[in-house]
Amino acid sequence: MLMLAQELTTADNAVINVFFAVIAVVAIAAAVRMVTTSNVVHAALYLLVVLSAVAAVYVILGAEFVAATQVLVYLGAIMVLLLFGVMLTRAKIGAESDLDNEQRWIGALVATAMFAVMAFSLWEGFSDERMPAAMQPQRTQAVADEIFSTYIVPFEALSVLLLAALIGAVVVARRD
Amino acid sequence: MLLNQFLLFAAVLFSIGVYGVLVRKNGVLILMSIELILNSVNINLVAFGAYNGDVGGQVFALFVIAVAAAEVGVGLAIVLLIYRNRRSIDVAEANLLKG
Repeated sequence: MLMLAQELTTADNAVINVFFAVIAVVAIAAAVRMVTTSNVVHAALYLLVVLSAVAAVYVILGAEFVAATQVLVYLGAIMVLLLFGVMLTRAKIGAESDLDNEQRWIGALVATAMFAVMAFSLWEGFSDERMPAAMQPQRTQAVADEIFSTYIVPFEALSVLLLAALIGAVVVARRD
Repeated sequence: MLLNQFLLFAAVLFSIGVYGVLVRKNGVLILMSIELILNSVNINLVAFGAYNGDVGGQVFALFVIAVAAAEVGVGLAIVLLIYRNRRSIDVAEANLLKG
């Protein structure tokens, strides 16, 4: 989709925009269903659709490594973990009537107000800024170089955090 | 391609995630909504990275993904523990600290 060392023509942009529109509509519809469905397992599967759509948006943005990581970590690991959580807490497989609390309208109001404020400020800030015409896929090699030079200390801290979270999860969830 | 189309898409997902966190009672569903919020932030990071031609945005998106993995692991362990002690993952019923 994104040609190397070649500016995107207007036709390329139109095609990419159509792809993006389809992906965005699918993702938003699935996200709305995720927070409104009355079935916990269906909510997990709708989340799967949203996460796949986000991976596709990463591909449009030329972030190939982040897209691959999204598929591996989110679609692979985190979804399985969430489904295990659903099953271990013995949520009913069928529809449940009381998944929402009684603050549905206040929640909708807060979310809408939050979106209105963000949309207004985004429109004020970046009204019609365009992505660079010669936008290129950012190679995995460049990402790796950056992680292991500029961001080496946060990377090591993150390794320790993951280890701590792993041990913590085992300790918290263990029966004794 | 506008920069704003990605940012607005992320803002919509973020708001839907906030709605889910506020309205859901089931602990696992709240964790799913939090994943939605973290994903929308990642879109912003990658979009600004592409806009500036800088890989830093992607690096931070990867960091957020790793932290989200740690968060969901610990979060599910806590939800499991609440379930084991209270026989329910309704977060409104976890009110032992209430005076």
